[in-house]
Amino acid sequence: MAASLQSAVFLSNRIDPHRRLFASPARSLPGTKGSILVVRSDGRISGRLSGRNLITNAVATKADTPTSSTDSKPGHELLLFEALREGLEEEMDRDPRVCVMGEDVGHYGGSYKVTKGLAPKYGDLRVLDTPIAENSFTGMGIGAAMTGLRPVIEGMNMGFLLLAYNQISNNCGMLHYTSGGQFKIPVVIRGPGGVGRQLGAEHSQRLESYFQSIPGLQMVACSTPYNAKGLMKAAIRSDNPVVLFEHVLLYNLKERIPDEEYVLCLEEAEMVRPGEHVTILTYSRMRYHVMQAAKTLVNKGYDPEVIDIRSLKPFDLYTIGNSVKKTHRVLIVEECMRTGGIGSSLRAAIIDNFWDYLDAPIMCLSSQDVPTPYAGTLEEWTVVQPAQIVAAVEQLCQ
Amino acid sequence: MSRLPWYMYRKEWYTSVPDGLQRPRLTQKSNSDDLLQREVSFNCPDLLRRNLTVAELGLSPVAGRAGPRRSQGTGSSPSDRGGFLHESQTPRAVGDTGGRRGGVRALKFVGEVVLEPCRGIAVEFLSLTDRGDDPEMFGPEDPNWKFGSEPTITVETSVPFTGHKIDPPSRSVETTPSELLSFFREMSLMRRMEIAADSLYKSKLIRGFCHLYDGQEAVAIGLETSITKKDAIITAYRDHCIYLARGGTLVEAFSELMGRRAGCSKGKGGSMHFYKKDSGFFGGHGIVGAQVPLGCGLAFAQKYLKEGTVTFSLYGDGAANQGQLFEALNISALWDLPAILVCENNHYGMGTAEWRAAKSPAYYKRGDYVPGLKVDGMDVLAVKQAAKFAKEYALKNGPMILEMDTYRYHGHSMSDPGSTYRTRDEISGVRQERDPIERVRKLIFSHELATASELKDIEKEVRKEVDDAIAEAKESPMPDPSELFTNVFVKGFGVEVSRNTCMSFGADRKEVKAILP
Repeated sequence: MAASLQSAVFLSNRIDPHRRLFASPARSLPGTKGSILVVRSDGRISGRLSGRNLITNAVATKADTPTSSTDSKPGHELLLFEALREGLEEEMDRDPRVCVMGEDVGHYGGSYKVTKGLAPKYGDLRVLDTPIAENSFTGMGIGAAMTGLRPVIEGMNMGFLLLAYNQISNNCGMLHYTSGGQFKIPVVIRGPGGVGRQLGAEHSQRLESYFQSIPGLQMVACSTPYNAKGLMKAAIRSDNPVVLFEHVLLYNLKERIPDEEYVLCLEEAEMVRPGEHVTILTYSRMRYHVMQAAKTLVNKGYDPEVIDIRSLKPFDLYTIGNSVKKTHRVLIVEECMRTGGIGSSLRAAIIDNFWDYLDAPIMCLSSQDVPTPYAGTLEEWTVVQPAQIVAAVEQLCQ
Repeated sequence: MSRLPWYMYRKEWYTSVPDGLQRPRLTQKSNSDDLLQREVSFNCPDLLRRNLTVAELGLSPVAGRAGPRRSQGTGSSPSDRGGFLHESQTPRAVGDTGGRRGGVRALKFVGEVVLEPCRGIAVEFLSLTDRGDDPEMFGPEDPNWKFGSEPTITVETSVPFTGHKIDPPSRSVETTPSELLSFFREMSLMRRMEIAADSLYKSKLIRGFCHLYDGQEAVAIGLETSITKKDAIITAYRDHCIYLARGGTLVEAFSELMGRRAGCSKGKGGSMHFYKKDSGFFGGHGIVGAQVPLGCGLAFAQKYLKEGTVTFSLYGDGAANQGQLFEALNISALWDLPAILVCENNHYGMGTAEWRAAKSPAYYKRGDYVPGLKVDGMDVLAVKQAAKFAKEYALKNGPMILEMDTYRYHGHSMSDPGSTYRTRDEISGVRQERDPIERVRKLIFSHELATASELKDIEKEVRKEVDDAIAEAKESPMPDPSELFTNVFVKGFGVEVSRNTCMSFGADRKEVKAILP
């Protein structure tokens, strides 16, 4: 019973571009009662509303409490891009210094509709349409942040931010250090990346690996509407520059999220599915491939523990470490390239810290080191497929 | 009763004392019978502590100078001749040996400043913060307001301004004796500092990159004269003198160059990363041209926050060919940002002459739809006029480009001799004909504001000041090893050094999360 509920919830979140997911009519911002809920990744709640029933996990876990499944569904349902918008809107209401700059974010409403409706509400000075000049408008956002504004810089596609790499690396990441702490750069740089549906090589880039060694930068990747909104809010509130990685294919995910205002922790990983046999570390879109493989694995008798690492820099070695200590086997599934990707750094970090707890070499499944081809079948095999994940787990657990 | 000195009978001395002095936050002690001892002190929290009282300064009553030089003057330095505060000048305490940064004895504590309104002595505050908080403090907003009656000197710039899509301002610039003397002192200080940095580099106390600004001092001083500390300046790596002009001290500058803890960026930035947040100096950037979008972002923030201030983004003739500059200019023009792009055209982009790097070396015209002005950058008064004009324009109409025609005597940096791509005759020719300090010296002589020996005294003092600062900077220690990890992130990241591992940052970090505001 619980399992079918779990799979039902899972299926509704599965990516299926052909299925039209109709969003519930756009709700106005839920009236916050002035309470902030801090929800930890393991579901613990701190704040004044600890007693309330709340769906704290994005994907139903095995240990589903009976109460949450029979709730009269508190919260509201929305798509991931709407969740991002809600988070952005709440932060813009809360702090007048938050502004958005990017291409087509204003009058057009955003190329993925994340900023739709914000320009009429906040005006042209807070939701800024820029010309196609990533290098300079990223630089301008950073310059504005030096004086205390909190810009949210959107790259229409993460790949375009390569043009702004100099500004992100040298000015954004390093100014706090080279000025001896005088300036802080509270920017959020966000945009969709990742392999989409036959978008071509240049529009399917994963920039996590390029940004990860910039000192001074924090990186997070969202995967569900729940953590998208929470991470967006946290990123805007953070005084450090944060790069928020979204994924082109995840924008239409639908989920029910709480009405109350909540902010997630930028550095924590999320426990998607507790388990015993193997730890699978993943983020962004690969989470769904992993969950799909998990179904197969469960049927085959394995019990994978799935962790969505969310924070790509710095890694949440606390959660990961506890998991490794429990299961002793690690599989990393990522969409980044094999060479120099997040997986390789994570592997190094786990080996450095948890070597004694490992029973098997860490396996890392990542995208192939090729430019993403246009042809559908080829593109499918550039990224990791659930079948490969199943095979890898089986190999690990021998 | 004994006859008071002649200047105390001049009403305008007293009536021109600004209301700011009577404000409650200033504590005022006055000996009513002796106005010479009137001392106004206040607390400036953010300052280096310097406490100069009249007694310590050893000041004695001297004749103020309201006109041609009088023989009554007993002081030996030009400032004794009567310097007055100009609205745009940052006030500071001056001893009878003159000098901007006090250089004098009895440097003690925090932020008390002596104001000697009736004495014809220029008193300058060391507090930029204070000045920034309350710009009316020493006078009304009128930039021509004079503290006391000092004559205006009108000088015509030697080269007229050339405008692109704009009517250039007039060639006649107004100035005052104290301003000219302060120009002389400031520029000598900068020149001396750069030359001292040269010798420090050669004795390997400064390493890495060291880009010297001598020859270009007029740009820094001229800009500073026309703006307030709330206006922002951002520049590239040739930033030592602009840092000084914005209120940085010599000790901080030299310490940063030598990588010591007392440096403005705590020794972690180096020559190319001088910053001074409280006086609107945003650096200090190593990548050519990258500071221009940052500067336009500063202007955007100023417009967003409705501050009524402008940003000057300085770049060189080499950076003028960067694409991001034109992108930023386009956005600034679209959004009407108060951004002024100042091209310090010293005619050489490292080793490449401008005619070899730019098809169109008329950098003031390169903005196309954005108006531009070409200014003789070796003439401090021309720069002052242009900056004032540009600020008025930018606040109303949006961005503008200023091209400063200037020259650097040193090579691009210390590793460049500077003579492989230009002749020594050229360098010495410019030094003879266009040197900014010499020009001010000639002006001072022609208006009889000081004698040659007085100016020499100033130069000697400046030299001593620089030497003292170097000595003090040398004593500052190197940063602590734990400083390697501080300030990477804000709020506590990466600061802990665990006992087991020397690297505590990144994956090994102990602190898992921070509390958000």
